[in-house]
Parts: sequence; C-alpha cells; structure tokens
Amino acid sequence: MRFTDTILPWLAGALMLVSLWLIFMVVPTEASMGFVQRIFYFHVPCAWATFLCFFIVAGASGVYLWKGSKAADRLAIASAEVGVMFCTLVLVTGPIWARPIWGVWWTWDPRLTMTLILWAIYAGYIMLRAFGGEDEAVARYAAVLGIIGVLDIPIIRVSVRLLQGIHPAVLTTKEGESGLVDPWMKITLYVSAVAMMLVTWWLIALRVRAERMSGEVAELRRAVEAREGASA
Amino acid sequence: MIRDAITIVSKDLRIEWRTKESLASFVVLGVLLVVVFTVALDPPPDAAPMLAPSVVWATFVFTGLLGVQRGFVLERENDCLAAVLASPIDPAALYVGKLVANVVLLAVMQALVVPLVAVFLHVDVARALPGLAVVLLLGNVGFAALATLFAAIAVRARAREVMLPVLLLPLLVPVLIGGVKATQAVLHGGLGAAQDALSVLCAFDVVFVVAGVLLFEHVVRD
Amino acid sequence: MLGPPIRAEGLRRDYAGTPVLAGVDLLVEAGELVVLLGSNGAGKTTLLRVLATLLRPSGGVLSLFGGDARAARRRIGYVGHESGCYADLTGAENLEFHAALHGVPSSRVSELLEWTGLSSAARRPLRTYSRGMSQRLALARALLHRPDLLLLDEPYSGLDPGAAARLDALLVSLRAAGHTILLTTHDLARVVPLSTRVAILHRGRIAWTQAGAVDPVVVASAYDAVVVA
Repeated sequence: MRFTDTILPWLAGALMLVSLWLIFMVVPTEASMGFVQRIFYFHVPCAWATFLCFFIVAGASGVYLWKGSKAADRLAIASAEVGVMFCTLVLVTGPIWARPIWGVWWTWDPRLTMTLILWAIYAGYIMLRAFGGEDEAVARYAAVLGIIGVLDIPIIRVSVRLLQGIHPAVLTTKEGESGLVDPWMKITLYVSAVAMMLVTWWLIALRVRAERMSGEVAELRRAVEAREGASA
Repeated sequence: MIRDAITIVSKDLRIEWRTKESLASFVVLGVLLVVVFTVALDPPPDAAPMLAPSVVWATFVFTGLLGVQRGFVLERENDCLAAVLASPIDPAALYVGKLVANVVLLAVMQALVVPLVAVFLHVDVARALPGLAVVLLLGNVGFAALATLFAAIAVRARAREVMLPVLLLPLLVPVLIGGVKATQAVLHGGLGAAQDALSVLCAFDVVFVVAGVLLFEHVVRD
Repeated sequence: MLGPPIRAEGLRRDYAGTPVLAGVDLLVEAGELVVLLGSNGAGKTTLLRVLATLLRPSGGVLSLFGGDARAARRRIGYVGHESGCYADLTGAENLEFHAALHGVPSSRVSELLEWTGLSSAARRPLRTYSRGMSQRLALARALLHRPDLLLLDEPYSGLDPGAAARLDALLVSLRAAGHTILLTTHDLARVVPLSTRVAILHRGRIAWTQAGAVDPVVVASAYDAVVVA
C-alpha cells in the first residue's frame, strides 16, 4: 500500500507532465491533419487503458467466481468504473479529433462502433451493481457479466468489420504507420501510454481502497448494532 | 444430465402449449413491430426488399427479449425454481433445458415473422428458404444462449424490465450484425455469399453456449 | 454419508449486508421431529433455505449427513411457503416432472397421490387447487425420493382445521416411517406435543432449546421470555 500511497501519485503526475510537454512542445505537427492530431497521444493511451481495465475486470471476476475472493471482487468493481471512465474519454476525444478531419462528429466506423458497444456493456455492468439488489448475489451476476463481456470483445471486433460494407472507409489515414514518421511521435505515444497506465493503476488502487473501507464501515456498523441489540 | 435437460424442455413446452402465453404475445408483438418498422421507415416500393433483413432481426430481438423473460417469470411463480434447485439436477442441465425451450419458442416466432415481412416488404423468400433457415437458427441459438443466462440474472434484479435489455442488447450486437448481413447475402446470392457473417454467428453460438453451461451455476444458486 | 442429518456451527447468512443468521448452532439427530419457533423476521425461512442448500451460508460450518450440499440434496425434501409446483400443470404432471428430476419411477407418483388423497384431483391443473390441496401436493413433491430429512416451512399456515388435522396425522406417520423432520410454525400449541425438540430462533441465533417431551406451557413462557421481552 505504501507505494501506491506515496510514490505512485507523484510518479504518475510527473510522467503525465512530461507527456504533456512532449505532446505540445516537442512532437512535430502531423502534416495532413494539423495541430488537432496531437489529441492522438491522449486518445490512444486512453483506449489502451480501457482495454486493460476491462481485461482486469474479466480476470478478477473469474478469480472471484472460482475462489470467492472478496479482494478480486473489489478489483473488478474498481477496474470496471475506471474502464468506463477511460472509455468515455475515448468517446469524447474521438469526435473532437474527427470533427475537423472528417467534417462529422461521428461515423459508424468499426472502431468507433466497437468502442461505443463496449461502453454500453460496462455501463450496464455498473448499473447492475447499482440496481442489482442483494449484495453477494449481485457480485456473482456482475462477475458473470464481466467475463461474458470480454469473451464478446473479439466477436464484436470481427462483426463490426462487416459493417464496413455500408460505410465508406473514411478512416484509412487515422492510425496509420504513415502518421508516425518522426521518432518523437513514437516516443511521445509511448511516454503518454506509460503515464496513462500509471494513472490507471493509481485510480484503481484508490477505488479498491474506497471499496474496502466501505466494507469495513458496514462491518463496524453491524458490530455496533449487534452490541446494541444484545444489551437492549 | 441430458435426461434432466429433456425433462426441463418438455415441461416448459407443455406449459407453453397449454397457456400459449409466450406464443400469443410473440404473434401480436411480432406483427405490431413489423408494421411499426415498415411504417416508420416508409420505404419506396422498390427499396422495400432491402430493408427486410433489418426488420426481421430487429423484430426478432425485441420480441425475443419479452419471450425469454417470460420463461423465468414462470419459474419464479410459486417458488418453482427453488423446488427444481433443491433436486439433484446439474445447473448445466437446467441451462441447456431452458436454452432449448427458448430456441424452440423463438423458432416458432421466426416462422411467423418471416412470411409476414416477405409479404409486407415484397421479398421472395421461397427461393432462399433453406439458407434462410440456417441463418435464422444460428442467430436464434446465439440470442438464446445469452438471453437465457441474463434472464436468470435480470429476473432477480430490482428494475428487471429495464435490466434485461440494458445488459443484453450491447452483448448481442454481433448476432444482430451477423444476422442482418447473412440474411442480406442469402437473399441475394445464397449461403456462399454469407460466409463471413455466418462464421461470426457460429463463433458467437459456440462461445456463449459453452460459457452459459459453465457460468449458469453461479447465476441460479444463491 | 454417515453423520447426523443436520450439524450447524456458527452458521451465518447475510442479506444485503445485514446478518439474518448470526451464528446458528443446531444439531439434529436422525429420527427427530424438531419444531423451530420465532417471530417474523427471526430468520426461520432463511435457515430452512440454507439447510435445503438453496442459499449458501456466508460463514460457519454446515454439514448435512456428514457431507457437503450436493450429495445431501438427494436425501432432503423441502417445502417452502409456496408449493414449488407449476400452476398450469396438473398435480400428476408436477409430480412426474420432479420424479424425473430425482430419477424416481412414476409408480411412486400415483402412490403419493393416493397417500395425500389427491388421486381424484390429479388430472386438474394446480390453478384449481385449494390452499390445503396444493400444500399436500407440495408435501408429496418433497417426499417423492423418500428423503431422510424433511424441511417444512410453516406447513400449517392457511390450512383449515380439517386440513391441519390431516397434516398432524401425516407428520406422525412420517416420523413412524423413520423420517427426520424440521418444521417452522407459529402455532406452538398444535405441534409442540408431537415434537422431540423445540428451538426458538431469535435475531438470527438459537436463543432457547429443549429436548424430550416438551410441555407447551414451558415453551410458551420461554417464548415470552426470549422474544417478547
């Protein structure tokens, strides 16, 4: 716990500042898309963080179902919430980038569609947690959903590509190896990605701790009530 | 295990046959949805056949959500599920039984909706019938695999009417896309043209039937 | 598979973060008829559902016939508040369904229909049954596989005097046939004379218990002392 309390926040913060400095001061402007392309160095690490979080949800859910570990359950909740937050950031930064380049906020491009579907799946996960009902059972339902969601990701990925038939490929210039010609572009991307992973780690650690504390509070309240009940 | 699954299927279908509750709602809702989609889309006569696959699958998904939910409400009445779970049945057998019963009901519903769409949207389905049947069945199994699992979850959540579609619809996107694309291909060129979409449907079916068999235990046992 | 039908030590079950069972200690030997008393919300139904392996314990030790839940399911019959039978199936169909799940021959179905006096109603859907009739059907359902342990949750509620008297007779004959029975009730005057042991559940714990031929008056005063006070 020491590391995540003391060193991690500073490390994540410092690296975030470095990546901002790289993004705005160092990296050369991409030729065809212009200044707005710099959002790419924020957008893509967010997408990677999203996937990381959702895979952690599935892994933790599996451990919870088969071993009954409460810690795994807390990790699943924390990662799902942080993952949905990053997924939201991807969905916000995407259109900001898309609008000047493609002239529209949104297209039903496979990758966009997939991100939106993933967001909906894990928003559903959070809803289930919130409106589910009884504690222990809901944790198991959510774990099942967490696993099913990740199993669905590769199938969704393949299926949304079938959509391309209708929508013209507007996106060939988006990611592109063509874009990352300057070595600073790659360096900036990787530094931003590492910074984003550290932030992800820190956020999940904070959320896990909050979840554990609320469990402890419930436990204490129960103990107090039991004592009051016994003396009454 | 297979015997137990058959016991569950025959019980479910017998109740359905007697009450016709799901079937009746399937027919009425199915007809209404086909009409609503057609009227809302308002296609010019020559463009109408193009919309047929989308109308078929959208109707299927929304009618199916209702029907699958019904199968578990039935188990909740009189605390029937508890009596079943108190028996030595393997939860996997219960899942398979419920899944098969749902597939049968949904197939009946598809058999009603498709001719309706064919008439309303001027599609010649007779030619493509065998291929169409394969596509519809594959989509049906995939839908039922997840819907059976999540109906068991949603039936015990608070806001259950909202919960099932919220959880299920995003997960079902591959079935919807695969089903629509495969149906388009089958209507225009036969099964061969639908290869990509069919492999999506097959992968979905296999992955989620297996996942359902393995995970159902965690959903029904308190 | 040796061991007493029920041995629970410090059995806990939480619901939505609050403990419904807060450490139940209960030992039931073969052949006993145990009456479980307690006010509404004392945790009686939860305890029975945990014992019927329908709810997993949140903590503590539970051993049924010295083994785990899955093996014990074949030896336990459970009747809850509701019949557990499908309203749109006939009495006979309901029993045949459960006979198939338990791997019991269907000759057992007609045997039980006769024994519970439901033969003439066997071909009518459950919807048309009275409360007493569906209660008897539920009992028949739970007895299909000749369970060693029978768990009955408020079997007397909603029964008219005649039906209640029939249930008395059924319980006596079941005990004579060697079944172990655990039942909950509010009607202590009725069941306590039949029992070998009485236990009072209060705030999720067994607050009072006494074995042997228990005097209903003693139980009533114990109940007042524990629950009402």
